Amino acid sequence: MNTLPSDATGALNPEELAASLKDLAARILDEARHQGATGAEVAAGDSTGLVVAVRRGELETVEFTNDRGFGITVYMGARKGNASTTDAGPDAIRETVRAALNIAKYTEEDSCNGLAEASLMARELPDLDLHHPWDVDVSSATERALEAEAAGLAFDHRIVNTEGARVATGRGCHVYGNSHGFLEAGWGTRHSTSCALIAADDNGMKPEDWYTVSRDPADLEDPVEVGREAARRAVGRLGCRPVETGSYPVLFAPPVAAGLISHLLSAIGGRALYRRESYLVDSLHRQVAADGITLREEPHRPKGLASAAYDGDGVATRAKSFIEKGVVASYILDSYSGRRLGMTTTGNAGGYFNLDVVADVRPVAELMREMDTGLLVTSLMGQGVNLVTGDYSRGAGGVWIAGGEPSHPVDEVTIAANLDDVFKGIVACGDDIDRRGNIRSGSLLVREMTVAN
Amino acid sequence: MTSTDLIVAARRALWEPGEIVEHDVTGLLGRLSATDIDTGELFFQLARHEGWVLEDGTVKSGAYSVDRGVGVRAVSGEKTGFAYADDIALPALRDATEAARSIARTGYGKSTSVLTGAGALPRYADVDPLASASEDEKVALLRRIDAYARSLDPRVGEVVVRVALDWETNLVVATDGTMSGDVRPLARFDVMVLAEQGGRRERGLSGGGGRFDAGWLFNTDAAEGYAREAVRMALVNLDAVDAPAGSMPVVLGPGWPGVLLHEAVGHGLEGDFNRKGTSAFAGRMGETVASELCTVIDDGTLADRRGSLSVDDEGTPGECTVLIEHGVLVGYMQDKHNARLMGTRSTGNGRRQSYAYLPMPRMTNTFLCAGSSEPDEIIASVDKGVYAVSFGGGQVDITSGKFVFSATEAYLIEGGRIGPPIRGATLIGNGPEVMQRVSMVGNDFQLDTGVGICGKDGQTVPVGVGQPSLKIDEITVGGTRA
Repeated sequence: MNTLPSDATGALNPEELAASLKDLAARILDEARHQGATGAEVAAGDSTGLVVAVRRGELETVEFTNDRGFGITVYMGARKGNASTTDAGPDAIRETVRAALNIAKYTEEDSCNGLAEASLMARELPDLDLHHPWDVDVSSATERALEAEAAGLAFDHRIVNTEGARVATGRGCHVYGNSHGFLEAGWGTRHSTSCALIAADDNGMKPEDWYTVSRDPADLEDPVEVGREAARRAVGRLGCRPVETGSYPVLFAPPVAAGLISHLLSAIGGRALYRRESYLVDSLHRQVAADGITLREEPHRPKGLASAAYDGDGVATRAKSFIEKGVVASYILDSYSGRRLGMTTTGNAGGYFNLDVVADVRPVAELMREMDTGLLVTSLMGQGVNLVTGDYSRGAGGVWIAGGEPSHPVDEVTIAANLDDVFKGIVACGDDIDRRGNIRSGSLLVREMTVAN
Repeated sequence: MTSTDLIVAARRALWEPGEIVEHDVTGLLGRLSATDIDTGELFFQLARHEGWVLEDGTVKSGAYSVDRGVGVRAVSGEKTGFAYADDIALPALRDATEAARSIARTGYGKSTSVLTGAGALPRYADVDPLASASEDEKVALLRRIDAYARSLDPRVGEVVVRVALDWETNLVVATDGTMSGDVRPLARFDVMVLAEQGGRRERGLSGGGGRFDAGWLFNTDAAEGYAREAVRMALVNLDAVDAPAGSMPVVLGPGWPGVLLHEAVGHGLEGDFNRKGTSAFAGRMGETVASELCTVIDDGTLADRRGSLSVDDEGTPGECTVLIEHGVLVGYMQDKHNARLMGTRSTGNGRRQSYAYLPMPRMTNTFLCAGSSEPDEIIASVDKGVYAVSFGGGQVDITSGKFVFSATEAYLIEGGRIGPPIRGATLIGNGPEVMQRVSMVGNDFQLDTGVGICGKDGQTVPVGVGQPSLKIDEITVGGTRA
C-alpha cells in the first residue's frame, strides 16, 4: 500500500494554519470595510480527511478530502448580503465582497439585521479538548475496516451480503470573525468506523448498519464490535410478521428517540417561530412535553461532537435548559431571530451544541413490561413531519412487544399522531443512553400512537 | 452550440484562469496511466449560484456563491482512488493526481488515447440564468408574487418566495480518450404560503423550473400560477380531516406523484446496487417486476428538463433508457465504473454533486408512461380509499424494497367520489409488490413542474419525475384514524 500525499492527513502545523486563516478572515473584513460595508462577518474553514471503504474483504475506495472556502455577510445599515467561494485568492476576495455588497444593495431594510451586540461576544474560551489527530495511514485504516466487516460477516450464517465497512478521519480549522473585532480560530477532529451488512431469509433481504464516532480515536468502539452490532441488528430484522392496525404504546429506541426529540427542538427554534411555521408558536413557559422531560444543552462538554465556545454569531455559548420539566424554559435563538421575537439571542446561531435528554431513567425491560403490548421502533423512514401542524406520520420498523416481552420483528408499518400528544405522552425514559450524536437520549416510551399495517 | 463549441467554452472558463493547457492535462493523464489502473479521469467544474428570498413581505436576503475545482479519479478493478482540489492550478492538480493514483501499482505504463469530443447533442441552451434579469427585476418579481399571493385570500398569512439560479460548466478528460464539456443552466422558483383560520395554520407549496434562464418568470404569468397553486393547497388543507390508517386502495394524481416510481423502482434499478447484489431487483432482469400496465423510462434527453443532461458527469451523452417494459425488467441505469464491472456500457447516468464527490449511477427524468384509463373512471372504481395529488418527498431502502412517501395534499375517496381533504399521511409499501398492484393507468400523463432533488450517499442532484393518474389496489396509509 502506498503512503499518503503530504497534505492529506495533516502534516500541516495547526498553529500556522489557524494563523493563516485568521489572517485571511482579517483581510476579508478589511476589504468589506474598504468597499463601504458598515458591518461584516466572515467564516472560513480548511479541513482535510481520509475515507477508506472496503467491501467483501477488499479495498474499494480511498478518498482524500480537502475542503476550503469562506463565506461573508455584509451589512449596509439594515440591509444585508451574503456571498461565498472556495477561492481565497486576492481577486476572489474582492469579487466575493463586491457580490455580497451588490446583494445588500437590492435587499430591503430590516431593523433586525446586524451583528450580535458586542457585549455578547465570547471572551474567555474554554479548552474543549476537540483536537485529537489520528495518525492512521491508508493501510491501517483498511485493516480496521476489514476487521469490522469480517467480524460482521462471521457473526451469523444469515448475513449473506455486505455494503462494506468504512473508516474515516478528518481534521479541520474553523475561523469566525466580525467587525466588532472578534476573531477566533478553533481546531477539531472527527473519526469514525461504520459497517453495513445484509441479512436474508426466504422472505428477502434486510440491511442494517452501525457506527462509532468520536473526537479522539482512542474513544472509538472496537471495529469488531461495530461489525457484530451491524450483524446483530440485520439478523434481528428477519422473520417480520404483520400486526393489526390500531392504537398502541410506542417505544422509541435511542437513535430514533434522538430524532424524535429533534422535532421538538425544531419547533422551538427561532426561525420556525418567527415565520409561524411551528405548532409551538407562543409556547414560552408553557407545558409542551411530559413533566418528566428536561432538555439541557451542554456546549462546553470536553470532546463533545457538537461542543463550541461561541456560536455562529460569535456569541458565548452557555449551559442551559430549553425544556425544564416539560415546560419551555428558552427558545433556541440567534441574534436575528431573537430581535424578530423581541428577545435576546440564546447563543444558538447554527443550532444547539450537545443536547441531553434528562429524566428519571429505568431499565428498558421495565419499560417493555409497562407497555405490555405495542411497538418498539428501531428505524424510521421518510419526511412525514409537519412542524406547522404537528402532524407526524412516518414509516417504521422494529419489534412487536407482547406481554411485556419482544415477540417478533415488524416492518413496513407507519406510526402516526400529533407531536403535541406524542411529547406530552412520554411516560418513561430508558437507561440505554446513546452517547454518539448531538442529542443524547435513552429509549422513550410514548403512551399511544396509531400503528398502521 | 455543438459539443465541440461546448468543449471550447468549458476549457476557456476552466483552464485559462490557471493557465492550464492541454499538454498539462495529457501529462496528468499520463501519470494516471503509468500505473495498473483501468481508467483515470479529471473532472473540472465551475459553478455559480444566486438565490433571493422574500419573507415577511420584504426581500430580506440574497446569496451568491462560486465553486471551482477539480476531482481526480483512478480506477483499478473494483478499487477507486479519489482526490480533489479547490484550486485549478498545476501544483494542486499534480497533488490530487498523485493521491488518486496511490491506490494502484506503478510501473505498468499504457499509452493514453487521443482526446476526442463525445459528439453529444445539446439538450438545453447555453444561457446564464444569473444574467437573465437585473437585480431590480428579480427583487420586483418576488414582491409582485408576494402581493399577488396575499391578494388571493384574506386567510393568507406568511408568504415565502424564493428564486434560485444556477450556472455550471464542466469538462471531463479521461484516459479512455473522453473529452467532453457541458454548460448547464438551472432555474427554480418556489412559493410557500401559510393560511390561518380559527387558530389553525396550514401550509401550501408550489414551484417550478428547469434548465433554462429566468425568462419564463418575467415573460409569462407562470409565477402567478405557482402562487395560486400554493394558496389553493394551503386553503384546502385548512379543512383537512384526520387521515385513515391501514391498507386500502390509493389513486395517485398525475405529475409530481411520480415520486412513487423514483422511490419504488428507480433507485433499485441503479447499476451499483445491482452489481453488488444489494437491490431488491438484483438478478431479476427479464422477470416481471410490475403489472403489465407499467412501462418506466429514465430519459436524460428531454429538452430543458430539470433532470436532463447533454452529457453526464463522465462525458457520456445523455440517453433515454427503458427500465421496465409492460411490467418486465429490461434495463438498469449505469455509470462507466459499474457498466465495466457488469460487462455492459454506460447509459449516461453517471452523476456527481460536484467535483468533490465521486460519480455514481443516478436517475435523470424518471417516469411511468401513459395508459388508457380516464382519470374519472379510476376514481369511480374505488369505493373507499385515498386520492393523493401532492407529496413532500420519499425514501427507499433499496435492499428490502421498502419505500415511503408523504402526501401533502390528499382526499378521501368515498363511493367512487372525491371526498374531504385529509391531513398529511405517509404511504408505505414494498416496491416490487406495490408495482404489481398497479391496476389502472390513466391517459393524463404529466411531468412534474421541475422542483425535484434526489439524495443518495450524501450527494444531491436535480431530477425530474412524471406519471399519469394511477391506481394501486392496496397500500398502507399511515393516518391516525384506525
